[in-house]
Amino acid sequence: MPEPILNTRGLTAFYKDFQALYGVDLSVDQGEVLAIIGANGAGKSTLLRSIAGLMRNGADQIAFKGQPIGALRADQVAALGIALVPEGRQLFPSLSVEENLLIGGRIKRPGPWSLEAVYKLFPILKERRNQASTSLSGGQQQMVAIGRALMSNPDLILFDEISLGLAPIIIKDIYDALPGIVGGGMSAVIVEQDISKALSVSSRVYCLQEGRVSLEGATGEISREAISRAYFGVE
Amino acid sequence: MDWLNAIVQGTLLGGLYALFAAGLSLIFGVMRLVNIAHGDLIVLAAYLGLTTTVALGVHPLLALIVVVPAMAAIGYALQRGILNQTLGDDLLPPLLVTFGISVILQNALLEVYTADPQKMNAGALETASFDLGGLTLGWLPVLTMLVAIAVIAGLQWVFYRTPLGRAFRATSDNQDIAQLMGLNKAHVFGLAMALALAVTAIAGLFLGIRTSFDPSIGGGRLIFGFEAVIIGGLGNLWGTLAGGVILGVAQTIGAKIDPGWQLLAGHIVFLLILAVRPNGLFPRVAA
Ligand SMILES: Nc1ncnc2c1ncn2[C@@H]1O[C@H](COP(=O)(O)OP(=O)(O)O)[C@@H](O)[C@H]1O
Ligand SMILES: [Mg+2]
Repeated sequence: MPEPILNTRGLTAFYKDFQALYGVDLSVDQGEVLAIIGANGAGKSTLLRSIAGLMRNGADQIAFKGQPIGALRADQVAALGIALVPEGRQLFPSLSVEENLLIGGRIKRPGPWSLEAVYKLFPILKERRNQASTSLSGGQQQMVAIGRALMSNPDLILFDEISLGLAPIIIKDIYDALPGIVGGGMSAVIVEQDISKALSVSSRVYCLQEGRVSLEGATGEISREAISRAYFGVE
Repeated sequence: MDWLNAIVQGTLLGGLYALFAAGLSLIFGVMRLVNIAHGDLIVLAAYLGLTTTVALGVHPLLALIVVVPAMAAIGYALQRGILNQTLGDDLLPPLLVTFGISVILQNALLEVYTADPQKMNAGALETASFDLGGLTLGWLPVLTMLVAIAVIAGLQWVFYRTPLGRAFRATSDNQDIAQLMGLNKAHVFGLAMALALAVTAIAGLFLGIRTSFDPSIGGGRLIFGFEAVIIGGLGNLWGTLAGGVILGVAQTIGAKIDPGWQLLAGHIVFLLILAVRPNGLFPRVAA
């Protein structure tokens, strides 16, 4: 069994007085694609933001390659090799398409991803590279957000609802690009509301419900009924 | 001809105001910080220039070699040591803290340099002039304007053509996401303040060559800089230069009508523009 590249132990997270995560235990194996599903408000984004260093967490609650990272700032976490594709894309509106990608490459970790490689994956971005990022369609903006995260050559990439608000045909394009991204040995965590999308690309799945893990298992071994029970909390 | 002269002299005066304003504009643009101590920092730079010229016996313009890096270092330390802790959703703490810094700076300058007006000796540069189409232009105001244009062009280049400027813009857009790109915002803000105070150093030296100064004049310089920024439109550096020019012209024309009206005319034009265009003349188009 391979060493997990990331694990969380009793992870808690708060927004002021409001507790969003109640002791989440999770592990991501080297090179694996992990799916996290759960209803709106279950805490999926909070979990990814915690891993990426955007929330305050206990130092030992998150370990990456064996090193405690829970108390590190996001820039320090990013330098260690974790990249987040945030929910809602969150491109920099003042930056052109190419500048958004370049700033993603500020952290120069060695690896296959470069401006050229991203343009090869998403050729439309090369055509649009000098445009304002706000002038792109939603799907193209998502491509920039993914490219921006890849530019640092992370060892672990976190996708937060990359299909949200996109047309099915665009979603298909983006999901078709995923094997080319994770095929190189990169580990990935995919958060999706669309359960079948998430299951189709992942080897294992966690279901979150009200800040807790309600189900965990290999994608092929979990029944639909178990998922809907874990998802909606109905008995 | 008198009126044309007033307009031309006012335009050149606008160069100095643009130098006062550029640092303010930059800081507000990157971190939404309104620095009440900005005027006192300009005065501090003038005093550092004075001390440098006296101690080393050099021309005030050469003192820039010392004062620019010194002010940049002060800016970085100030930002990382104090101002970063005040930034957040609430706009009040940075206002209060920079107001406090303003008071402390004034008192410290009084303590060290006394309240006596001081002036830097720039030799022939202070009085040298040349004729242009019947107008007499002083070399100092012309040089000030050229430097202001160069400073704005330089800042513009940094902002839109360099990785540092990209980091400034990204951090200004979204601090959290910028942090995900490996940008430590505390450091980025420190660099922005360092750059702003480097510009302030230039402003302070030109101020100190042009007129006499004492520890109490910072507030007035802050107002001029602030008005230039607002007239030009927040977030637009060339607009800031235009704002400085409009303010300078308003003041010289006001002074021409009645010498007592110089400052009042500037404030009135500022208020009029604010009333008609609350976002200034050339606001950066919101994304
Ligand atoms: N910035 C915030 N401030 C306060 N509460 C928040 C904030 N962001 C999310 N929450 C709350 O935390 C819980 C988990 O949210 P989130 O992680 O965004 O869920 P998900 O991504 O699964 O939809 C929700 O109850 C949500 O209302
Ligand atoms: Mg979410």
